[in-house]
Amino acid sequence: MKFVIVGCGRVGAALAEAFDNAGHEVIVLDISTRAFDRLSEEFKGQAIRGDGTDEDVLRRAGAEGADVLLAFTEGDNRNTMAAQVAMEKLSVGKTIAKINDPVRAAAYAELGIATVCRTTMLTDAVLAFLDLGKTGMPSVIAPVPHVHEGAEVSVASPVAPGATPAHTHAETRRA
Amino acid sequence: MFVLVVGGGKVGYYLTKELIESGHEVVLMEKDRARAAQIVDELGSIVVAHDGCEGKYLGEAGSNRADIVAAVTGDDEDNLVICQMAKHHFDVPKTIARVNNPKNEDLFRHLGVDEIISPTRMALGSIEQDIPVHELLHLAALDNELEIIEAQLQADSPAVGRTPADLVIPEGCSLFAVVRNGVATPLRTDTVLQEGDKVIAIGRADCERMLHDQLIGQTEEAGA
Repeated sequence: MKFVIVGCGRVGAALAEAFDNAGHEVIVLDISTRAFDRLSEEFKGQAIRGDGTDEDVLRRAGAEGADVLLAFTEGDNRNTMAAQVAMEKLSVGKTIAKINDPVRAAAYAELGIATVCRTTMLTDAVLAFLDLGKTGMPSVIAPVPHVHEGAEVSVASPVAPGATPAHTHAETRRA
Repeated sequence: MFVLVVGGGKVGYYLTKELIESGHEVVLMEKDRARAAQIVDELGSIVVAHDGCEGKYLGEAGSNRADIVAAVTGDDEDNLVICQMAKHHFDVPKTIARVNNPKNEDLFRHLGVDEIISPTRMALGSIEQDIPVHELLHLAALDNELEIIEAQLQADSPAVGRTPADLVIPEGCSLFAVVRNGVATPLRTDTVLQEGDKVIAIGRADCERMLHDQLIGQTEEAGA
């Protein structure tokens, strides 16, 4: 599989290494080349300096048609934008964006992006450790499947052969 | 109308000011406290000093009853998210986003932003109008003072209807290709040049004036 990771922070770098070790094709982008110091010497994927919210940059990096794009920069909005560029413009199969604002995370799941919310994850981890229950919110929110005009667009398996639900979704919404 | 403006930079400030003057109800969100305080001093207490990207604060600023949300921060990604949250989470009827990268205009529309304001596109539009099209375009500078130059032939070009053999090409300069309807072909001595052709030449920088006269036409200065 082909993975694109936007943001080579601790999590981005760790995931890049993990996918690489598992034998996948990995492209990791960051606006700072220093971020690539986090990657080990053995990393065999591509590390490309550039803004992962910029369609041209992603295209040049070879993100078009990737199976998965992970947006893990420090900015919630950069992540949602990178994920949406990937889905709408570059036919990427599945996108996961890190969104630390729980309200935004839930809202974007409704717009077809899987979201990971660190706020919820950490809160839940601490609450569980102290045996105090849970926030009641999932830490990874799968995209909400949408029902349009009787036809269900399953976002859980985003790329049906010959169709891109991302577009179907957006076009239906606009109509 | 109730307009929620997000981003208290120059655009947001003047937009808010104009809207108030024309009698609209306006709330401005500006996350920088110092900047927010400054705007309060000038425009009154219509400023919410919080980040409009944060769902909680966007709600508290009254987005659920706003007629219009205008996201005019300096960051495209912030403006996109503000508009999408407003539209899909708070059911705002109309959203407006400032877009800096012209490439994003299409995407933003596609993702449901109703109106796009693009300062880059506007500036680009007026600059392009000002660039004279009757000039030689420098494509590349090689060493030894050689340059690759493109000349687009307008209707008034003296080269239209003629072949390279009819032209006086300066010593040390060569016309080597023509791009016609997007197709590049080698320029032969018997190729009849047409309006719209892009002639590609290579030559010393000091041949430029003569090439200009032959391919674009004599300027008054050159003719004098």
